[in-house]
Amino acid sequence: MADFNLPANSRYTEVPGRSHAAPAAAARTKTFQIYRFDPDSGEKPRVDRYAIDLDRCGPMVLDGLIKIKNEVDPTLTFRRSCREGICGSCAMNIDGLNTLACTKSISDIKGDVKIFPLPHMPVVKDLVPDLTNFYAQYAAVQPWLQTRTPAPPDRERLQSKEDQEKVDRPSACILCACCSTSCPSYWWNGDRYLGPAALLASYRWIVDSRDEATAERLDMVEDSFRLYRCHTIMNCTEACPKDLNPARAIAEIKKLLLARQF
Amino acid sequence: MASPDRPLSPHLQVYKTQYTMALSILHRATGVALSLSLLLLAAWLVALAAGAGCYAWVAALLGSWFGWLVLGGVLAAFWYHFCTGIRHLVFDTGACLEKKQARQSARVAIVAIVVLVGASLLAMLHFGG
Repeated sequence: MADFNLPANSRYTEVPGRSHAAPAAAARTKTFQIYRFDPDSGEKPRVDRYAIDLDRCGPMVLDGLIKIKNEVDPTLTFRRSCREGICGSCAMNIDGLNTLACTKSISDIKGDVKIFPLPHMPVVKDLVPDLTNFYAQYAAVQPWLQTRTPAPPDRERLQSKEDQEKVDRPSACILCACCSTSCPSYWWNGDRYLGPAALLASYRWIVDSRDEATAERLDMVEDSFRLYRCHTIMNCTEACPKDLNPARAIAEIKKLLLARQF
Repeated sequence: MASPDRPLSPHLQVYKTQYTMALSILHRATGVALSLSLLLLAAWLVALAAGAGCYAWVAALLGSWFGWLVLGGVLAAFWYHFCTGIRHLVFDTGACLEKKQARQSARVAIVAIVVLVGASLLAMLHFGG
């Protein structure tokens, strides 16, 4: 059942949050309001403020976070790796929407830059959510090629250009979890609903002309919770930083499930 | 996903309200409201069966400014649920699911709702006098 409020241990306060002023010489400053949680302190989550000098900072939100960690507060914890939108590590809720910190411009944000971990997830520390369940759901759709027939002896399993195009976009998913954690259905039923990311992955293999486990894949998702908790809200497609369309993929799976009854 | 020792990250508290989620929750809310409004219809029918005095009382209640307010709300909820329901029907065929199309269909639905609510109110005033 959906619980719209945060549990008692998860309510964050801004009052005890710490403020860090920008250097006095800074001409253009921007304040970052960042969700903080330290599992070792025993304290509740809080929101800290960091004013930074924009003239001494890269253009992206991730640049700001790295600057804060390097120069102001080394305890600030977040995931990041490629800083070019291909690894999916720095997914977080920025300015109210899920996206990648490395591809979000600071200049696109009016007012303070408010940063929270991906929504409705257990927080390990600061901006680092526990993605165990998310990854388990991805594994549950068995995201690899499954075949019954032996491979041709003299070549790889080929595919027409048209068939390749069907899997081209869904394959570009970087598993950043922006979509799943933007979905209200996933917030309320994330333990049983697979969520847009896992379903997009499932769709990617369902429509792959080389895959021969299509029926089993459809059987696996045919469930009032695993698949049908999708109510086509479309927060997922709006959130995807790679401009993919999980909502369409889920709709296509629903169509295939309907079509195979006739 | 709740966890005993890890806090749950904020969700509704921080997520910027987007047209997607607003339309969706309103679709559900109007659906619930319409189901509840069947009680009004039932009350009206029961009053009809119960006799002239009872019917006059219920008719007066529904005809009062408060009754009009409630019935107007039911009317708006009906057209909202009707239009966004059609939008979802189109989604279920796999059409209109690109971001731009979804936004455009939302605009079309909202304009249709306003027009239909306005037209039915005018019709009610015209014929119901």
